[in-house]
Amino acid sequence: MTSKNVHVKIDEMKTSTGLIKNLEVSIGKLVNDNWTEPMGPTPMPSLTALRDWDMKLLNKYKPFYMPDCDLCCLCTFGKCDLTAGKRGACGLDIAAQSSRIVLIACSIGAATHTGHARHVVDHLIEKYGRRFPLDVGGLNVKVEAPVTRLVTGIKPETLGDLEEVLEYCETQITHCLSAAHTGQEGNNLDFESKAFHAGMVDQVGMEVADIAQISTLNFPKADPEAPLIKMGIGSVDTSKPVIMCIGHNVVPSVGIIDYMKESKLDDKMEVVGLCCTAFDNTRYYDRAKIVGPISWQLRFIRGGFADVVVLDEQCVRTDAFDEARKVHAPVIAASEKNCMGFKNRTNDPADEIVADLVSGKVPGVLILDPEKVGEVAVKVAKQIAPIRKKMNNLPSIDEIKSLAKTCRQCNLCQRSCPQDLIIPAAIKAAAEGNLAPLTDLYEECIGCGRCEEACPVKLQIHSFIIKAGEKFMLEESNLCRAGRGAVQDVEIRNVGSPIVLGEIPGILAVVGCSNYPHGGKDVYDICREFASRRYIVVTSGCSAMSAGSYRNEEGKTLYEEFSGGFEAGGVLNVGSCVANSHIAGAAIKVANIFAKRNLRGNYEEIADYIHNRLGAVGLAWGAYSQKAASIASGFWRLGVPVLVGPHGAKYRRMLLGREDKPEDWDVYDARTGNKVNVGPAPEHLFQTVETPQEAMVVIAKLCIRPNDTWKGRSIKLSHYVDLHKRYYGCMPQDLHLFVRTMADVPMTLKDEFTKILEAKNWKETVIPDPTLLPRMIRKMKE
Amino acid sequence: MSCEPWQCAEIAATKKANPIQKPEIAVAMIKKASRPILIVGSNATERWMEGKQLIEYLIDFAKASKVPVVATAHMVGEFLKRGYEPAGFMSAMDIGNRLVDPEWQGLDGKGHPDLVLLIGLPYYMEALILSGLKHFAPDLKTMTLDNLYHPHASWSFPNATLEEWAANLKVITSKFEGGQ
Ligand code: SF4
Ligand code: SF4
Ligand code: SF4
Repeated sequence: MTSKNVHVKIDEMKTSTGLIKNLEVSIGKLVNDNWTEPMGPTPMPSLTALRDWDMKLLNKYKPFYMPDCDLCCLCTFGKCDLTAGKRGACGLDIAAQSSRIVLIACSIGAATHTGHARHVVDHLIEKYGRRFPLDVGGLNVKVEAPVTRLVTGIKPETLGDLEEVLEYCETQITHCLSAAHTGQEGNNLDFESKAFHAGMVDQVGMEVADIAQISTLNFPKADPEAPLIKMGIGSVDTSKPVIMCIGHNVVPSVGIIDYMKESKLDDKMEVVGLCCTAFDNTRYYDRAKIVGPISWQLRFIRGGFADVVVLDEQCVRTDAFDEARKVHAPVIAASEKNCMGFKNRTNDPADEIVADLVSGKVPGVLILDPEKVGEVAVKVAKQIAPIRKKMNNLPSIDEIKSLAKTCRQCNLCQRSCPQDLIIPAAIKAAAEGNLAPLTDLYEECIGCGRCEEACPVKLQIHSFIIKAGEKFMLEESNLCRAGRGAVQDVEIRNVGSPIVLGEIPGILAVVGCSNYPHGGKDVYDICREFASRRYIVVTSGCSAMSAGSYRNEEGKTLYEEFSGGFEAGGVLNVGSCVANSHIAGAAIKVANIFAKRNLRGNYEEIADYIHNRLGAVGLAWGAYSQKAASIASGFWRLGVPVLVGPHGAKYRRMLLGREDKPEDWDVYDARTGNKVNVGPAPEHLFQTVETPQEAMVVIAKLCIRPNDTWKGRSIKLSHYVDLHKRYYGCMPQDLHLFVRTMADVPMTLKDEFTKILEAKNWKETVIPDPTLLPRMIRKMKE
Repeated sequence: MSCEPWQCAEIAATKKANPIQKPEIAVAMIKKASRPILIVGSNATERWMEGKQLIEYLIDFAKASKVPVVATAHMVGEFLKRGYEPAGFMSAMDIGNRLVDPEWQGLDGKGHPDLVLLIGLPYYMEALILSGLKHFAPDLKTMTLDNLYHPHASWSFPNATLEEWAANLKVITSKFEGGQ
C-alpha cells in the first residue's frame, strides 16, 4: 500500500453519464490498490464539497425550527436572548442557533461512533495485526464497505486499511465541530449542510467499527439465519452469578466471555447486556442474553439481578455507579470515555482488584485492559454472588402502601415526568391499597428517575413502579435475532428490481433508542404491519429489541414469524448502533449492484439515485441521543426520509416539504432534459409523527418515489389508501399529486380515485428518469 | 392557580404567555380574531372529563364558534366517527410549518390565520410548536386551550384541574351564538 497526495482540476470532461465542468478534487491520501473502478468526483469530500447537493435537498425540504430554548449561553458574551428575531452579541439569530445545535448534536454523534471505531480498530489491530483481512460475508458480500467506498474512494481490504478511513473521519468531525465556534458559520443553511456532512462521516465511522468487529470476532456474517437470542430478565437464570454489561463497545465483554469460556464457567454464569453491548455480546456468543433497551438500566440494577456491573461507553446512566452501590454490586468501568471517577487499576494484579471489590473495600474500579476486565468481572461475580444473594433495592408492597401515605399530591412528579404520567393519582391509589394504577405505568415509564428527583418527600417512585410491575418484568422472556450485519450482494440482486420499480412497496428501517411515548409495543405493531404488507423491515439497536418483545396470537415473536432475509416480508435485525451503516450500505448497494452505478467517490450521483428511486424510510420511534441525530443526518444527505416519534420533536428542527407548493417538486428527466413535476415524492426528509397510527400512514406515503413504475406506484398507493382509510377514516386528499397516469390507480379503487382526481382538476403527466443533477442528463452528451 | 410551566423545565426566556384568568378573556380574543383556527392533537381522545372525551367538548366548541378545525395525527378519523368534519387535517409539524410561512393563505386559500388555538397535543410537542411560532411567526397570536400553562403561547390558561378545564371549555362554548 502506498500513499500520495493528489490534486486534480478538470475544466471540462466528457463521461459516459454526461459532461462535467469545473470539477476540482483534492485527495489527501489515496490508497493505491488494485481496485479498477474509476474514481468519482468527490473522494474524501471536504466540508463544502457536497454543499451544492445539500442545498438542493434543503431547498426542497426547508428547515422548520422549534427552538427548545430561547437563549444561547455558549460564550461569555451571553447569555443572549434570541427570542423572535433578536440577535445575540455575536450577531447570531435563533435560526442559526437552532441549526448550530443540530450541527453540534450531529458532530457529537459522529465523534462518538468514530471514537468507538477508533478504539475497536486500534485494539483489534493490536490483537490481530494490520494485515488481518476484512470479511463481512464471505463470497456473499463482495462490496464489503459500501459507505466507505462511496465516501472515501477507498476499498478497504485489511484492518490496517481502516486506519486511513478513520483519519479522514476524524479530520472532518474536527472541522464540523469547529464550525460551531462563536463567529464561525452564521447562516442556518450552512450549519445544516455541515450537519449533513457530520452525518455522512458518521456512517463511515459506524461502518468501520462494525466491519472490523464482524471480521475479527466472527460475528454473524450477513446471515439471514443468525441465531435467535434469548431476551428479557425472565430468560436469565438468576440463581447463577450474573454479569451485566451496559453500553455499546463489545471489547470489554469479549474479555469477559473469553475468560469465562477458558475457565469453563460458561454454563455456570450468565452474561447479560443492556443496550448495544447486549447485541454485540450475542453476536459474539449466542448464549449471552439481552435484558433490554437502554431505558431499563435502573430497573435491572435496582432489581438486584446483576452481581457485577460492567460499564463501557455511550448511553450509560451516569449514576449507574450510585445505583449499583445500593445493591452492593461492584462496578467496573472499562472505557477511557467513561471513567466514573474510579481509580485506574489497569496495572494492578487481577486478584488484588477482585479482593478489593468483593470485600467492598472499593465499590468500583477503572480497568482499561479488556482481558483484565474479563478476569476480574468473572472472578468477582463468582465470589460475590453467594454473598449478595441478589440483594435488591425495591420496596415491598406493604412499604409502598405505607410510604404512599406521605404523598402531598403536589404534582411535581408528573410535571417532571417526560411522559407526563399521571403519577399522583397512582400514588394516591397505592396509599389506599390499590396498586393497579402504578402497575399501569410500568409499560410507559422510560426509567429516567426524574420523578424521584422532583418529589419533596423523596418517594422512590420509579422503584414503586418497578415493584408494582414486577410480575411483568420477571415474565419477560422473548427472542431477538442476533444482529446479522450486512446485506448480501445476492439479496440486493434479487430485490433490486422490485424495489426500484416499486413492486416491493418499500424498505422500512425501524431503528434507534427507546424513548417511546407509550412503551415498545408500538414498535412491534408498526414492524408487524409493514412486514405483513411485504415491505422489507430492517431493525437495529433498542428498537430491534422492542420489536422482539411481543408475541402474535400463536405466541411467536416477530423474528420467528418473519424471515430474517432482506426480502419482501423479511424482518432483519442488522445489529447494534454501528450496524446502522449496513442499512445505508444496502441502499448504496442497490445503486451499485443492481443499477451498476459506480460507487467510488461518487456520493452525489448515488444519493440522487437513492433519493429518487429507492422507497426507503427510517423510523426512529424513540430516538433520544446525539448519535441518533447523526445517524438520521447521514440518511438525510442520502436523501432518505426519517421519521421520529413525538419526543423526537425535541431535536428542534424538521426538514419539511410543502405538498401545496407544486413549484418545489420538479426533477429533470435524464432522458430528455425536460423538467417534470413529480409531486411530493417523498414529501419530507425529517418529520415528527405524533401517534403510531400517523406513523403508519406517513411511512406508506413516504415510500413513494418519482421513479416508480405504474405497477409499483399503484401498489404503494393501495397501501397508503388502505392505511389512511383504516386510521384516518377517509380517503387521502392528496392522491392527485401521486397519480401520473391512470395506470397508477389501483384497479379496485378506480371510482374513488376518479372522484378525487376530477375534483382536484388532475392532469396526466409522464414518468421521468428522475434526477436533481443536470449533469446526469444524457441528452447533453449527444 | 399556578402560572408555572406544566412541565417544570419548559422555561421561556423573555416572552411568556399572558395568563388567561377567565374563560371570557379567551372568548373575547377569539371573537376579535378575523381568521382563527383550532389545532387539535391526539390527546383529544385520551383526556376524559365528566365522563366525556375532550374531543366531544371540542366538537361542541367548533360547531358553536365556527372556528375551523385542523386535526393532527389520526384525529381526523376520530372527528369523522363522531359526525364532525374538520376543515383540514395534517401532521402537527406541517401545520406549524405552514403557519410560519407568511405567504400561506390558510386552509381555504383566503388568507393567513391571525389567531391559532391549540389543544390536546402531547405537552412537549405543543410547547415546541408554540416556540416555533413565537420565534418565527412573531405577528401571529397563539392561544392554548389546554389546562396546562404553556409559556411559549401568547395566551395560556394557568395549570388547572380537569374539572376546571371542563368548566372553562363549557363557558367558552356557551358564549358563542351556536353554543347557547
Ligand atoms: S455564542 Fe453568540 S449568541 Fe451565544 S452566548 Fe455567545 S454571543 Fe451570545
Ligand atoms: S422514571 Fe418513569 S415515571 Fe418517573 S419521571 Fe421517568 S418516565 Fe416518568
Ligand atoms: S412529587 Fe412526591 S409528594 Fe408530590 S405528588 Fe408526586 S409522589 Fe406525591
